[in-house]
This record gives sequence, structure tokens and C-alpha cells, in this order.
Amino acid sequence: MTHVDLWNDSPASSRECAEDCRCGHGSEEPGRGSGNPYAFRSLRIRDIRVQTEQDATFRLEWPGDEVPPPRSGQFFQVSLPRIGEAPLSVSDAGRDFLEMTIRRVGRVTEGIFACRPGDALFLRGPYGNGFDPRDFRGRHLVVAAGGTGLAPVKGLISHFASRAGEVTRLDVLAGFKTPGDVLFREELEVWKKGAAVRVTVDRGTTDWTGPVGVITTLVPELAFPDPENLTVVVVGPPLMMKFTVLAFLDRGVPLGRIRVSLERRMSCGIGKCGHCKIMDRYVCLDGPVFGAAEALALED
Amino acid sequence: MRPMPGNAAERGYALSEVSCDALLREFRKDFRIFAPVRLEGRGRFSDTDMVRYGEIRNFREMELREKSLFSPKEVLFPPSETLFHFAETGVREPSLLREDGKGLLVLLRACDIAGVDRLDAIFLGNGPEKDPYYEARRKRVVFALIECGPLGASRSGSFGSCFCVSMGTNRASGYALVLRPEDDGLSLFLEDPAFAAYLPPDAVRTSYAPSFPLEDPFPVRVPDPGDMSRAVREESLFSAAFWKDYDSRCIACGRCNTVCPTCSCFTTYDVTYEENASAGERRRVWAGCHVDRFTDMAGGHRFREKYGARMRFKTMHKIHDFHLRFGRHMCVGCGRCDDACPEYISFAACIDRVSRVVDAAASTGGDDHDAR
Ligand SMILES: Cc1cc2nc3c(=O)[nH]c(=O)nc-3n(C[C@H](O)[C@H](O)[C@H](O)COP(=O)(O)OP(=O)(O)OC[C@H]3O[C@@H](n4cnc5c(N)ncnc54)[C@H](O)[C@@H]3O)c2cc1C
Ligand code: SF4
Ligand code: SF4
Ligand code: FES
Repeated sequence: MTHVDLWNDSPASSRECAEDCRCGHGSEEPGRGSGNPYAFRSLRIRDIRVQTEQDATFRLEWPGDEVPPPRSGQFFQVSLPRIGEAPLSVSDAGRDFLEMTIRRVGRVTEGIFACRPGDALFLRGPYGNGFDPRDFRGRHLVVAAGGTGLAPVKGLISHFASRAGEVTRLDVLAGFKTPGDVLFREELEVWKKGAAVRVTVDRGTTDWTGPVGVITTLVPELAFPDPENLTVVVVGPPLMMKFTVLAFLDRGVPLGRIRVSLERRMSCGIGKCGHCKIMDRYVCLDGPVFGAAEALALED
Repeated sequence: MRPMPGNAAERGYALSEVSCDALLREFRKDFRIFAPVRLEGRGRFSDTDMVRYGEIRNFREMELREKSLFSPKEVLFPPSETLFHFAETGVREPSLLREDGKGLLVLLRACDIAGVDRLDAIFLGNGPEKDPYYEARRKRVVFALIECGPLGASRSGSFGSCFCVSMGTNRASGYALVLRPEDDGLSLFLEDPAFAAYLPPDAVRTSYAPSFPLEDPFPVRVPDPGDMSRAVREESLFSAAFWKDYDSRCIACGRCNTVCPTCSCFTTYDVTYEENASAGERRRVWAGCHVDRFTDMAGGHRFREKYGARMRFKTMHKIHDFHLRFGRHMCVGCGRCDDACPEYISFAACIDRVSRVVDAAASTGGDDHDAR
């Protein structure tokens, strides 16, 4: 009798890709298209911009002539073979680039931080629904982001802040723990041309001149001249999202006009591993962007 | 080789142990055969045996009279498997995806066939992508049903925890043949007449036709998923006091997850080979919602820290969440979780407790114990 462990191949430490291998190694085409949804494509790092002590923005080459850029709010599974794989959001994208803003927290993200321009990251995706631009066009858009939650909405804010008229009004609220944690300093300044930008920190320092306090303290300052024609986007850590949504509800914003982006542990990104499931929803497939009404009804 | 049998009434056969071995020899030309086997002294208690799935060659190796502690899911979804091999020269998929292998003949019970249907829903049907590793095996699987009989295989031992009739999984379809263990060999029913080609010449035609369990030893009252949804909305179900019992009773060992034919969760991770640091592999291993770290996220955030919340999460998935998504219960009533739990937690009793809460009328009852 032999046990079913027999399934597993013996380690092959020095064999090359078989001719018919579909792993995508060496292929220049990013994104999906291979028969194996767990296979990844290599993308070169074009440049790296340090944001804070633990965060940096990685800009990757994206052959946009072949593959349309992903939406804001979508994510990729990013691999460093032999180290691991992590879900990471798109923080911006264009015809020839893909940008991710990454916090160094563990094995894979440490490995990514050890990379230099010219090195490759290995991606599969994009996954998830992302934000629907039709939700925003012609409306008053309010984006409230906590900490690294600003990353998945950065591309979205840049888009509308630089295209006056696509939204009727744009408010950006960003909350960080300390001034040292503030992400996208340059962009926050640029956005001010097309948006009302408010940045707060939980704990100030002597050189911090902006507001101090959690992000919910900024909500009462906002004006909603046309509440029925409003879309509010809330992204951040779980507690921040909960209390920020409540703060908007307090201001009379209809629940149906609020969107959130949920974050859960993920292993597969394609609805198989079960880690991201909440009730009958899979965050990787049905999200990560949800209407707030639905998100509040989802209980872990 | 025998001529193909004519009508359905003439598909029963009796095979002696010797002719069973002849049959298995014929099967093995086209199939690898997976069946419950007895591992001596490896059971839940010392000096007891463990029955689980293994690849078999002859009749003696099979254990068809007992319920296997582990389910046949490991034939399709192994506890640990390689997704990619990494070497300096590139990335390679395992041969499973590159080569056509033999068929896989799996001997299993009706509830377990339903279990495979639930795995299909996740691995092949949840989202636009199919899991190619699962699919590569699934395409090759042929089911041979082990008959449980009208009373269930037995009213005693581990079959006492079965509740397939309550779950509606007592009848199966999609199998090629049915087996009933006899004192000397097997009774065999050819559901798919093409399998007559494998029969040895001394197989004796009989009137044997399979029967299915009609009654559970301890029937379970399974709540209607719609009523459960209402109880969730009305905030009576998640806040029910009985979940807290499991905070201290459950020890988060995850055995109920590993033995379950329908638990399909996994975690992937990479390994580097010790002998050659530039080579390694990406592997996936079974994961379970009862076990620590299942939901851990960067920044130390985790969901469902209390064990009772994990019991609630699993229960919702098995008899509600999956149903909303796929139109059938995930749980197939095999009772293996009850057999495996070192703390004697009964999932069947838990379903009954849910029913009582959902049934507003009975929700005040104070008699909900796991005494089964
Ligand atoms: C949809 C989505 C989008 C994300 N976008 C970003 C982003 O844009 N930028 C960013 O910096 N981070 C993002 N994250 C979080 C990021 O995935 C984790 O920080 C990363 O997986 C940690 O991997 P690691 O190997 O470096 O850490 P590990 O060594 O694996 O562990 C470090 C810590 O991270 C936890 N962790 C492990 N795997 C995950 C996981 N899959 N998801 C969450 N936590 C995990 C561990 O439990 C541990 O607490 C996102 C997560 C999700 C689910
Ligand atoms: S939950 Fe328990 S009874 Fe239901 S299928 Fe899984 S192991 Fe069997
Ligand atoms: S087998 Fe029992 S103790 Fe172990 S995780 Fe499951 S319910 Fe808890
Ligand atoms: S990340 Fe695996 S199911 Fe969603």
C-alpha cells in the first residue's frame, strides 16, 4: 500500500522549464492568459520611491499596448519565488506603468524592499472588482483614507484631481498615525489644485502644523451641498473604516452612497483558499470594494 | 471477458475474494485504486486502528466495513502538494499538469460523492478560474460506491454519528459501480455496463441491487437557510449564548476541518531546499478555520479570535453561506467531525442548537446539551 502523498513529485532542483510548461517564466506578457491561474509573469521595477521608514512606492514596467491597465482598487498577487506571495493593491497605473505602494511587514515585503530598479517582481492578476468610475463621474466624491489605505485610492484621486469637471467636487481626507507616516506627500500637495485635501495625524510632533486627531474628526467639517449626488469612499484598517462610515451616516449621508474596500487575509486571490470568505462573500472575488450596506451586514 | 449485460435488473454479481483480486488486477491496468485502509494502532485512542484512504492493490488491503476517519478528499486535494518547482533555470509545474495519468478509481460512500460535488463547487465553480491541480485529478476520477444499506452501514461504532439522511445526501449518482462487502468477497452492481469488461469469468450473476440509508441513527433538524438568514438579520443567531460554550470546549486543533470531506481551505507558502538554496518550491497545505492564524493579517489584526466564533463561522459555512452561493448545503452529514473531535464536540448537536434558535418558539429551551 502506498499513501496518497505519492502525488507529490520529488524535488527537481536543477531541471529547466519543460517545453510545454505554462508557468510563464521568461515570458514578457504580464497578467493572466496562461492556462494555470497560479502562474505569474515577471515585471521589471522601473523605480522605487521611499515614502516613510516602512513604506515605498514601486513603479513597474507595464506593456499597456498589450494589456489594459488595471482599475484602482484591484490587486495583484505578487511573488518572489522561494520566498512567497502577497496580495498588493494597485496604487496607480497607466499605459506603460503599474505602481504599488508597499509596507515592509514580513517575509515577502522585506524581499521586495531588497529589490533594486531593474530587478523583477512576479505578478498574477489583476484580481477583485476595483472601483467603478461610473460611481463617481458627475458626482461629489469624498475619499477618506486611513494609513496605507491611501494607496489603493491614490490613482483614483490623482485622476479626478487633475481632471476638473469629471466630478462636481472632490474632498480628500487622509489620516495617519504620526507625521512620519504620511504617504504621498508630493501628491497631497498636487491634489490641492483640484481637490479640498485635509490631512490629520493621531499624534502630532512639534513641527506638525496640520490638524491632530483621528480621521473621523474631519468629517463634521465637510459640506454636502447635494447629498443625493454624492459618493463616499472609505479605505483603511477595519476599525477606522467602521467608525468613519458611522461618522458619515451621522452626517446624514445615505448608506447606499458609501463604498468601502475590505482587507482580509488572502492566499489564492481566486476564490479557492477560503481565507477571505465572510458569510457568503469572497473578498477576492466579490470585493474588495463593497457597498457599505453590504459590508456592514457581513459579520466575521 | 464477459458479454455486456442486457437489462438493468441483470447487473448484480457475486465475487469471491479470489475473483475480487482478479477484478482489481484488471482495474489496475487502467486505474490507480484508492480505498479505505486500516492502519493498525494509529487510531484516536491508543491501541485502536485508524481507517483512512490509501492506494490499494488487492482485496485484503481494503476496509469496507468501517467509516474512514479521513475522507477521500485527499485523493483529489492532498494535504500538501507542490504548485511550482523553482530552480535557477526557471519555474516548472509538477508533472500532474503536464502528463496524462491513469484513471483514479475511488471507493467511497454516498455522502462522500456529495462531498466531491462540494469540492467541485469551490475548486471548479467559485469565480471565473478553475483550480488546475484539482481539475487534473478530478477529470480522471471514477467513483465506485460502497453501499451503506437501508440502516446505514451499522448502527454502532463510528456510523452512529452519520446524518446523511437529514442532509439529503444518502443517495448518490454518478458512480460506475456499487460494492457491498460480503463474508467471502463482494456483491457488485454495474451501474455503468461498460465496466462488465473488467469482470473475471467466475463472477456469478445475482439479483443484487444496491440500497441506500433511509433513516439516521440520530436525525438532525437542519434549519432552512432562508430562516437562518432572517435570524442573522434579526441579530438573534450570532448573538446566541450557546456559541460561547465552544470558547472553552473547543481547543482549536482543527481536526474537524482536516477530516471533513468538504473543507477545502488551504494556505500556500514557499520553501527553499536546504541542500540548494537557489532551488525550492511553492506548496499548498490544508488550512482550517478553527486553527489559529487562519485570518491573521499584517499589523496583527485578526478576526474570530474566540473559538466559539470559529465554530459559528464553520457552522454558517456548512449549512448556510455555501447554500446561498451554490444552492446546496456544504455539509454532507458524514459525521466525521464528531468522530474526530478530541473534546467530543458534536457538530450534529450544534446544528440542532441552531435550529432551536432559528425556531423562535423553541429558542427559550434550556435543554441544549451535546449529549448524543
Ligand atoms: C486585497 C489586499 C490588498 C493589499 N494591498 C496592500 C498594499 O497595497 N500595500 C501593502 O503594503 N500591503 C497590502 N496588503 C497587505 C499585504 O498583503 C500584507 O502585508 C502581506 O501579505 C504581508 O506579507 P509578508 O510576506 O511580507 O508578511 P508575512 O511574513 O507573511 O507576515 C507578516 C504579517 O502579515 C500577515 N499576513 C500574511 N499574509 C497576509 C495577507 N495575505 N494579507 C494580509 N496580511 C497577511 C501575517 O499574518 C503577519 O502578521 C494588501 C492585502 C490585501 C488582502
Ligand atoms: S461538517 Fe462534519 S458532518 Fe458535515 S461534511 Fe464535514 S465532517 Fe461531515
Ligand atoms: S475537532 Fe473539536 S476541538 Fe478540534 S477544532 Fe474542531 S471542534 Fe474544536
Ligand atoms: S483569497 Fe483565496 S478565496 Fe479569496
